[in-house]
Amino acid sequence: MGWFLLPFDNLLCIVLGISFTVGFSSLLVIVVPAVLGVSIGIRRLYMKSLLKVFEWATVRMERGAKEKNQHLYKPYSNGIIAKELSSLEQEIQELRASGTTLSSEPEFEMADIMYFCRRGVESIVDDEVTKRFSAQELESWNLLTRSNFNARHISLRLSVLWGLGLFIRYGFLLPLRVTLAASGIGLLVVLTTIVGFIPSGWLRTYLSEKIHLMSYRICVRSLTAIITYHNSENKPKNGGICVANHTTPIDVIILANDGCYSMVGQIHGGLIGVVQRAMVKSSPHIWFERSEVKDRHLVAERLSNHVADKTKHPILIFPEGTCINNTSVMMFKKGSFEIGCTVYPVAIKYDPRFGDAFWNSSKFGMVNYLLRMMSSWAIVCSVWYLPPMSREEGEDAVQFANRVKAAIATQGGLVDLLWDGGLKRGKVKNTFKEEQQKLYSKVLVGDQEDQGEDRPQEDEEEEEELEEGDQNEDRPLEDYTPRPLEDCSLRLQEEEEERGSETPMKDQ
Amino acid sequence: MGSRASTLLREEEIEEIKKETGFSHSQITRLYSRFTSLDKGENGTLSREDFQRIPELAINPLGDRIINAFFPEGEDQVNFRGFMRTLAHFRPIEDNEKNKDPTASEPLNSRSNKLLFAFRLYDLDRDDKISRDELLQVLRMMVGVNISDEQLGSIADRTIQEADQNGDNSISFNEFIKKVCL
Repeated sequence: MGWFLLPFDNLLCIVLGISFTVGFSSLLVIVVPAVLGVSIGIRRLYMKSLLKVFEWATVRMERGAKEKNQHLYKPYSNGIIAKELSSLEQEIQELRASGTTLSSEPEFEMADIMYFCRRGVESIVDDEVTKRFSAQELESWNLLTRSNFNARHISLRLSVLWGLGLFIRYGFLLPLRVTLAASGIGLLVVLTTIVGFIPSGWLRTYLSEKIHLMSYRICVRSLTAIITYHNSENKPKNGGICVANHTTPIDVIILANDGCYSMVGQIHGGLIGVVQRAMVKSSPHIWFERSEVKDRHLVAERLSNHVADKTKHPILIFPEGTCINNTSVMMFKKGSFEIGCTVYPVAIKYDPRFGDAFWNSSKFGMVNYLLRMMSSWAIVCSVWYLPPMSREEGEDAVQFANRVKAAIATQGGLVDLLWDGGLKRGKVKNTFKEEQQKLYSKVLVGDQEDQGEDRPQEDEEEEEELEEGDQNEDRPLEDYTPRPLEDCSLRLQEEEEERGSETPMKDQ
Repeated sequence: MGSRASTLLREEEIEEIKKETGFSHSQITRLYSRFTSLDKGENGTLSREDFQRIPELAINPLGDRIINAFFPEGEDQVNFRGFMRTLAHFRPIEDNEKNKDPTASEPLNSRSNKLLFAFRLYDLDRDDKISRDELLQVLRMMVGVNISDEQLGSIADRTIQEADQNGDNSISFNEFIKKVCL
């Protein structure tokens, strides 16, 4: 039987040989520039060609849908219903159509209930918060099943293309990326440990910086992350704190690719713990034991000590405390804004067409998430360095935090929300409901002094993330945008194509 | 989340819902996507907890009553059909519907059905009358602790006095309509 196996053996050898050569040369082409810190431009070329393919795919699907005369599922980026903005008092006035201003006589109309009713149903149909905790929907298809809502409209050609894409991603890209990631992390651990033996001084800092940067560059390539940095003149400097919006743990790699930061976090066990312990040997990162995390004073003290030392790198903090899906920025916890040093805001915006970077931690574990990242096409993002900000006279930590948040949201094109990211897992506090009730009571009885004052603060039900301590004080509800009530109707947002009889018209 | 949205909803079902509620095809698929995103247990129905997870609804003073309106008598789960049926009350009335077949049953979003929905928010025990107690309950939900019992009581009394026409010290559906629509 030997003669039968021989040609097969040969074939196997040839295939293995080719794949090894291809794999090894790609590794070389990728790792060498990473080590040296230059960029050849392969990734950008890759990105452009992918875009062309995606456009073609979307056109095919639309054509297929039209032929079969079926509807193509299209996501709405503006929300499902049309909402207008006005306050509670205005709306109730309009409801009553009394024409007089608020009187001091207690006045109640049975129709007032319609206002709350409509707002409630509007929030059931579309609310600002829950959709931030799941992946964004895409306008065009990017050949990944995970983002395809129109599975029925795939033609043969498209399926072939998808199959090819699958093979490329899982057969070629994934093993390559895993190897790269492993080598990047391995190098980081080994080299930082070695450098840790060198006594403190100029040489050690210099080497440590180089090693960190190099490892992060390899990691960035292992994810095929195509990053554009804007306004590098505003890059964070020593003795400051860098704050950014948080979408995924990869944010860290993306920022650290371009500069040296000191990380803050809880020390974990397992592989991550090993990496953390190695990193801290050569440069001063701030890791907390689990027990220390709740102690706000200890945390604040360590952070202040760190920024006071001008030789240490800027601290990298994500004040949202949890991953948000990159369409909005949620409440910043005030802890890092109380320290009193310069804050360098950074806005990170991902392009979801090539692979959604958002980590939905309730759906996927870390390993699953990394696998998904490494089997996407690429991770494309833009990083904007914003001019440094400091706390102004008469501004408290919360207002400062909101100012920074607004700047980041504007730059990144994200929605600026007051809601707490902790709502991902926890319940909203009752004090917000009480604010609403207070406002309505004012409408009923006029602007007298509030009865029933001094309600104790509700206990926090939300989980606390690292370090940031108390939740923000309750925001007055002028910031909360109530919706109008038009005789108990909602106007559903229309598509651009559908007109005529489909268009819902306003009620009289 | 949404990746199973349009595949799990069959065309026949969409047609049925369209006939029953009057929503368009795309509106139904969009609302189905919303339904599945709220359905954390992924079992095709929503429970009260699923609704309460919406922060903007949780802080609405009448949130619990509105949530109740979605659930039929004594049940704890609502499926997509029931969800759409309740939402249909909130569809705007369109002019071209008014001249449709007068023998057909009243559409879900007719003016009187909308008013009935609001009436039911007050009338918890479904006896077709809003008693003083029921009115007080709703008032208390809407104002919280900001108004004293006496003042709230007098507001309720005055409201019933103004609206009640047949002297039974409660508000029937017709009296409600007259009061609300002026």
